[in-house]
Amino acid sequence: MRSNFDAQLKELNLDMLKMAGEVENIINMSMRAFLKGEHDVARETIEYDYQINEIERQIERRCLKLLLQQQPVATDLRRISSALKMITDMERIGDQAADIAQLSLRFENGMVPQKLNHIVSMASETSKMVTDAINAYVSSDTSLAEKVITDDDRVDELFNEVKDDLIEFIRNNIEVGEQAIDLLMVAKYFERIGDHAVNIAEWVVFSITGVHKNSKIM
Amino acid sequence: MAVKFSVSNLDLYYGDFQALKNINIRMNENEVTAFIGPSGCGKSTLLKSLNRMNDLVEGCKITGTVLLDNVDIYKNMEITELRKNVGMVFQKPNPFPMSIYDNIAYGPRTHGIKRKSQLDEIVETSLKQASIWEEVKDRLKKSALGLSGGQQQRLCIARALAVKPEVILMDEPTSALDPISTMKIEELCFDLKKEYTIIIVTHNMQQATRISDKTAFFLHGEIVEFGETGQIFAMPKDKRTEDYITGRFG
Repeated sequence: MRSNFDAQLKELNLDMLKMAGEVENIINMSMRAFLKGEHDVARETIEYDYQINEIERQIERRCLKLLLQQQPVATDLRRISSALKMITDMERIGDQAADIAQLSLRFENGMVPQKLNHIVSMASETSKMVTDAINAYVSSDTSLAEKVITDDDRVDELFNEVKDDLIEFIRNNIEVGEQAIDLLMVAKYFERIGDHAVNIAEWVVFSITGVHKNSKIM
Repeated sequence: MAVKFSVSNLDLYYGDFQALKNINIRMNENEVTAFIGPSGCGKSTLLKSLNRMNDLVEGCKITGTVLLDNVDIYKNMEITELRKNVGMVFQKPNPFPMSIYDNIAYGPRTHGIKRKSQLDEIVETSLKQASIWEEVKDRLKKSALGLSGGQQQRLCIARALAVKPEVILMDEPTSALDPISTMKIEELCFDLKKEYTIIIVTHNMQQATRISDKTAFFLHGEIVEFGETGQIFAMPKDKRTEDYITGRFG
């Protein structure tokens, strides 16, 4: 009865999965650029961010067209409005990955200290959080979305561990203070990426339950 | 918020056909209540029951109670008193074939008001309340049939207001109107609810979300869900409500 509308909602889901995939890629690319000091990859990452911005525009257009043409209510309204909010956070994650890549251009290969396990873990944790949040959206899985929200505690813990690592690093290598500050910024970007993933997950919960951060907003 | 209309255990039959099944609903004063649902679901039947318009339908049988300000309208109220208190506006504008002035003065005259100055005042006030005074003040003696559809509908609202009712029932009042006239009627509902209680049947979901405080969803003669309009359209509790308002059936 509403095959056209349903088809467009499916397309929206596919777009969201595509954007999540691109966001996952850019996080991994920024990590590679940073860890291995590969400047080509860093520049590629910065370019890739424009691609993510373009997908955001496409999804925005699709959502606005759906709002205009279908005047959605109930679940449809919640899904479309959530998508509009979620893509803003995904786009910001792209920006932060590009910022990490930008910082990594200041590092030469081998300049980055080996003991960076915690930053590596932050990258993989946050990347997984984004993927899980979008999977929760597509499959309307509240418990998966809630898991993403609690997973952020681990990212915050990792950030604190990175800080401890860096304090020790500076203590032993007083001449590399500037580099340590850059590393701290990289960790901070990952910590922010975790926060954005939480925002995404909170909108997923809203799209399913109508409740956003424990309050009814409609 | 005081309850204006209270309907309890209402069953309504047209012959063997049960058009309303165990209806229980309370409508507050100074609120707009919208009735929505697919054709034949009983929403207009309930609306008509609120000023006893089904009385004349042959074979119509009603059980249960309908209280207006705690008075049973089927047992303890004269029908003329009820109709004075509960005005009705229909889907198709139905001005009387007489002047604009006489359309509005008709009700008050029926209720015994004869003095011209008093009638003049009622006509002006009613037309102003219905946001049509500026458009018709210079042609009050002209036929109401010369007005546009949107103007005719606002004239009918003014005519309903002229007898100073407490409740206005509207049965799809904008379904025959263009978007601008529709917007004017919707704006009017918003203003009128400060003084009146409005109950409106509408097939336009967006209209229900725009103008009503509460919404009741009807299906097969029953009220499936009744609640705050925001809740009904953002987070319906019943899957049948969700399916209807999102266009999955109906």
